[in-house]
Amino acid sequence: MVPLHWYLTLSAAVFMIGMFGFLTRRNIIIMFMSVELMLNAVNISLVSFSHYLQDLRGHILVFFIITVAAAEAAIGLAIIIALFRNKQTAHVDEMNEMKG
Amino acid sequence: MLQQLFFGYYAFIIIGLSLIVVTRKNPGHSVMWMLLLFFHIAGLYLFLNAEFIAAIQVIVYAGAILVLFLFVVLLLNLREEITLRQTVGSWPAAFFISALLFIAVTAALGAYVQGPAGKYSIDAIRSETHAKALGKLLYTEYLFPFEIASLILLVAVVGAVVLAKRKLRS
Repeated sequence: MVPLHWYLTLSAAVFMIGMFGFLTRRNIIIMFMSVELMLNAVNISLVSFSHYLQDLRGHILVFFIITVAAAEAAIGLAIIIALFRNKQTAHVDEMNEMKG
Repeated sequence: MLQQLFFGYYAFIIIGLSLIVVTRKNPGHSVMWMLLLFFHIAGLYLFLNAEFIAAIQVIVYAGAILVLFLFVVLLLNLREEITLRQTVGSWPAAFFISALLFIAVTAALGAYVQGPAGKYSIDAIRSETHAKALGKLLYTEYLFPFEIASLILLVAVVGAVVLAKRKLRS
């Protein structure tokens, strides 16, 4: 039997890699994929909790997270297309109009 | 023993693939590696007796979201992009922050106390199949969140069309 800690450590590791990618990469598409990676890390931990607590609520939550991820991907990619149409680049260093 | 070996294979491949995904220069290659990553995560869900979630993972993530990503990568012309510098200058700081988060989460794992088990044991799920058990819960107890999810998808469809269309000349 695989202990629950292993799954949670795996989930934390994938989340860490996703966060590292989001903080370091400059290509907006890869930054967006890092967000998806973090969502998947959370899904792994929810499904493993659900299995070890013998409860299905984690699966329901994963279901909703996947729904929101699909909506987020559609909106985010539309924003990327609109950005690329205006700026001709997917490099976030070029996007500094708002002086953030 | 066999189960630990199985989990070890999946954990090794998932971590390796996620590292590959965030370090590739070309976003198209990243998307392809991510496809493999999502299939391995679906395998992990099967290992956790969540076959419906594994199917959803393959259909929605690998089938829909990644195809959308691939379309966008192919639509945008990124030939000059990938010759530029790919990472921010202060990447050690980012590594430090994310490593700190990892250490904090794994250190907190020792204090975890498992709560009482629910009624959906493996045998209970097996007797009425996973999809049926999940559907019963989703359409009774979680009906309202389910309706809200459909509303979110509607907003996403309309929003994507509005954002991506060209401005009409008036």
